[in-house]
Amino acid sequence: MKYLDEYRDEKIAHGIVAELFRRATRPWVLMEICGGQTHTLVRYGIDEMLPAGIELVHGPGCPVCVTSLETIDKATDIASRPDVTLISYGDMLRVPGSRTDLLHVKAEGGDVRVVYSPTEALKFARANPHRKVVFFAVGFETTAPANAMAVWQAKREGLTNFSMLASHVLVPPAIRALLGSPRNRVQGFVGPGHVCTVMGYREYEELVREFRVPIVVGGFEPLDLLEAILMLVTQLEEGRVAVENQYVRSVTCDGNRLAQKILADVFEVCDRKWRGIGGIPESGLRLREEYAEFDADRIFGTEGVTADEPAECISAEVLQGLKKPTDCSAFGTRCTPENPLGAPMVSSEGACAAYYLYRRHVIAARQGS
Amino acid sequence: MMAPETKLDVALNCPVPLAAQDSILLGHGSGGRMSGDLLRNIILPALANPVLERLDDQAIVNVGGCRIAFTTDSFVVKPLFFPGGDIGTLAVNGTVNDLAMGGAEPLFLSLALILEEGLPLGTLRRVIESIRLAAALANVAVVTGDTKVVEKGSGDGLFVNTSGIGLVPSGVRLSADRASPGDRVLLSGTIGDHGITILSQREGLEFESAVASDTAALHTLVADMLRASSGIRCLRDPTRGGLSSSLNEIAARSRVGIELDEKAIPIREEVQGACEMLGLDPLYVANEGKLLAIVEPTAAENVLEAMRRHLLGRNARMIGTVTASHPTMVTLRTRLGTSRIVDLLSGDQLPRIC
Repeated sequence: MKYLDEYRDEKIAHGIVAELFRRATRPWVLMEICGGQTHTLVRYGIDEMLPAGIELVHGPGCPVCVTSLETIDKATDIASRPDVTLISYGDMLRVPGSRTDLLHVKAEGGDVRVVYSPTEALKFARANPHRKVVFFAVGFETTAPANAMAVWQAKREGLTNFSMLASHVLVPPAIRALLGSPRNRVQGFVGPGHVCTVMGYREYEELVREFRVPIVVGGFEPLDLLEAILMLVTQLEEGRVAVENQYVRSVTCDGNRLAQKILADVFEVCDRKWRGIGGIPESGLRLREEYAEFDADRIFGTEGVTADEPAECISAEVLQGLKKPTDCSAFGTRCTPENPLGAPMVSSEGACAAYYLYRRHVIAARQGS
Repeated sequence: MMAPETKLDVALNCPVPLAAQDSILLGHGSGGRMSGDLLRNIILPALANPVLERLDDQAIVNVGGCRIAFTTDSFVVKPLFFPGGDIGTLAVNGTVNDLAMGGAEPLFLSLALILEEGLPLGTLRRVIESIRLAAALANVAVVTGDTKVVEKGSGDGLFVNTSGIGLVPSGVRLSADRASPGDRVLLSGTIGDHGITILSQREGLEFESAVASDTAALHTLVADMLRASSGIRCLRDPTRGGLSSSLNEIAARSRVGIELDEKAIPIREEVQGACEMLGLDPLYVANEGKLLAIVEPTAAENVLEAMRRHLLGRNARMIGTVTASHPTMVTLRTRLGTSRIVDLLSGDQLPRIC
């Protein structure tokens, strides 16, 4: 298929891998930020193609995985109310909160629906004026502009039955938290291509200056990731640190200014709790005061909801790249996609779930040998 | 059709029942691991007998010296009408295909309708006309039936159940437990057409797509294949749960591994595009007019040729091999030459955020 097959070409892939073998003279620890990138890496077995010294650790960029337990609890609480229709992206439905998940709320009679775009939720609210329609807005800077647009539009139209449970998270503060940790092992990052499509990559230049690590903004197809890894290794081997852009067909330095404007108009930066990691200062987006009437958290009085995470899960270490999913004693036994103990097993983009789905045969073979 | 057996019971041993299931979820109807759990934990313990335990798409029983194939299937599709067919064509073709996968010649169908109060009679007439046409095309007769009406709100307009019986020619023995290392995996055509068609019609998605459902009765294709060779070990129509669920079922039942070649699996561009956009894996998307065949290695070319001569098999391909390694697991050789698992999904495939 055009624009896809070109980026999955076996010959070119092996060419890049051969070049990596030539350039890599010592071990390097690299982290890809996005869940979508983790998914591609594991699905195509790219990490298995690399020189042994190049270790990929999987970052915290799966929005489903890092949405805090208490945010899920708020969503299931709101969705259980008889006058509410809760509308969400598909893969949030299976994410367990501390008591239940949205699929179970739906089975018990809650009105929970899946859409691909928040404008569909708006459409539903217009057509059903007697339902309180709540859009569950999670995700990084990628999904935030469309969600901001929906609230902006609702305000302009004077829609009174639409609100948003917003729990957006931001990538740069998460990278800052990782690099600031005394246990950090990561020496280079594959930057988040879709986030940078919206935000550009100036913010990442600051991180590079401050922490002296290279960041290569990367795409999501196999060749994108291989090329980004090659660019990172080249910088590291040459002793350079810079932001470089591999994903040039989508990302520019300044990003999408219109999207940034609507984001800034509707949302403001706030502290945010990340599932598996904990609180990170100024790492989230919430609705501005001017949009308080659309804030589901206030409308439904769920602001005080809090929840603690199960102690057994090592997801904090997995999401920081300190451990691999397979280092966990619960992996594949007590923790599976059906009964996830923690965030990275929840969505197929989570590192643990990706290993479980695509890699069990290799892991089993190694353990057997 | 019975859901496939599952091969792992880790879900039952988890000490932290964060997602413990004490009621039916939509995922129980997905044909994935949750459907298997339901079957294994609730239905089989109560009703098990040697015929049911085979868990093939149809039961094959001896009656008066004849081998009779018997099957049943319920149809709950939304929307009722879609490009390429409707609930009526599905109800006929689905049951005909379940019989055909046992090698049977389909003969008679039953038809049970569950109608929701308020359903326009015009809608019912359209569906019945489709059933008439599909039955005539498949050369089967609807010989018995039933209608029930439920209150408004208790159904989704129209649910249809069909059962079917057919005759299995002597010498034909097809079953999911007969795959053996070295066998070839053949597929009759492109995957995902039906599932993506239905999805594109659903409220809230509304993307434009030129895809139509592939619903079709496959028994004449099967008859041609059986005539071409006696080396066919197993046939499956990969409906709900897609290619992956059918192959996982065969791998588990025969205790063999199956290795697929990603490059060989035919997918229409429109289907591939929709899957990329929606974050779905076409290997799990439903088909209603395709079949998978597990065939002895020496018979593969003959069977493939016979398939390609038939209208419904003209895009047939060899897509993989049965292996002795990694028994009960299906793996895929990716475009990059690496290998990954093609697992049973837990429940329904959920669209990804980004």
